[in-house]
Amino acid sequence: MEYFLMFISAIFVNNIVLAQYLGQCPYLGCSKEKGVSLGMGGAVIFVMVIATPLTWLIQEFVLLPLDLGYLQTIMFILVIASLVQLVEMFLKKSIPPLYNALGIFLPLITTNCAVLGVAILVQRKEFDLGLSMFYAFASGLGFLLALVLLAAIRERLEVTHLPKSMQGVPAALVMAGIMSLSFMAFKGMIS
Amino acid sequence: MAGMWKEFSKGLWAELPPFRLLLGLCPTLAVTTTAENGFGMGMAVVFVITLSSFIVSLIRKIIPKKVRIACYITVAASLVVAVELLMQAYAYPLYQQLGIFVPLIVVNCLILGRAEAFAGKNPVHLAVADGLGMGLGFTLSLTFLGAVRELFGTGSVFGMEIMGASFEPVKFMVAAPGAFVALGLILAGMNYLSIVQAKRRGEPAPENPSTGCHACRACAGRK
Repeated sequence: MEYFLMFISAIFVNNIVLAQYLGQCPYLGCSKEKGVSLGMGGAVIFVMVIATPLTWLIQEFVLLPLDLGYLQTIMFILVIASLVQLVEMFLKKSIPPLYNALGIFLPLITTNCAVLGVAILVQRKEFDLGLSMFYAFASGLGFLLALVLLAAIRERLEVTHLPKSMQGVPAALVMAGIMSLSFMAFKGMIS
Repeated sequence: MAGMWKEFSKGLWAELPPFRLLLGLCPTLAVTTTAENGFGMGMAVVFVITLSSFIVSLIRKIIPKKVRIACYITVAASLVVAVELLMQAYAYPLYQQLGIFVPLIVVNCLILGRAEAFAGKNPVHLAVADGLGMGLGFTLSLTFLGAVRELFGTGSVFGMEIMGASFEPVKFMVAAPGAFVALGLILAGMNYLSIVQAKRRGEPAPENPSTGCHACRACAGRK
């Protein structure tokens, strides 16, 4: 039950993009076409689910025993950066179809603050290993959902007559605001 | 000297982040519930970006091209750890207000973007001027956005009553949707200004700035 509630909450109530403002750059940058947004969302889920347990283990078995908690930020970002590089090389060699689908998005993910954000969030919320991994998966799904929805809206906006100054990012931001407003409606569902 | 002023001042209007460069949008949206938070976040970024530009420019000839992004991230991360410790010591309430967004300064595209696009290619004094200008521009933007949201959301700016007692606060503005809508409208306003300016000079209307994978040169450079 705890897992189920957290799942719903991470996707709808505390959506990582729309309620916690993480990962805005890919959210606005990769939401012009549905295909691109699906690839980006998939890559984010993939990296998050691997990176979060890994950083959790490092925090638990390296940083805390050595009393180096203040190195959390630098340690996590280096782990994520090297992990992304490894995953990219691994996929290229062993699973080419998956690499073709996600490959071009992987280098962009190092600087996606959603990945580092979730790794730090599960530490601050003091989740255990299983819950952290599950939370990462649910957050990634929430990201994918928000991204694909926005891409679908923007594909339609392309063919409408907007004032010149609203075209592109400003219109996408206002759309994101309206989406965020409708996601807020889930707030009463789970406290 | 003139060159330094040019690099410094472009961050304050012509390439004002995040309104014109569209880099570092996460903290821009997240911490601007009040003008004070926006200003505090901006100051932390000024510290990190100025020093990171300085260090990156200093070691730019030693860094091998292939691992430069990793080097930039390491420099930025070390500085962010320093900021975290300093804020815990001297500005603890602000540190708690900004929450997770203090460690996330590491992945702020603005810092990596400037390291990649400017500091990694230019001499130290220009890089510092550029970093300082960009940082101050970022602070200005965040303080402005924070002030707008605080004014309509609570009726005050920097904690001072402005709107008077009869004003009904628009809660929408300090919640998440208000951040998106306010930023979107400000960006539209900026675009409108540049279109009007171009028309007055008789030039063709400029393209609206776009964000993301293409604008963030740090990411594109890794291919």
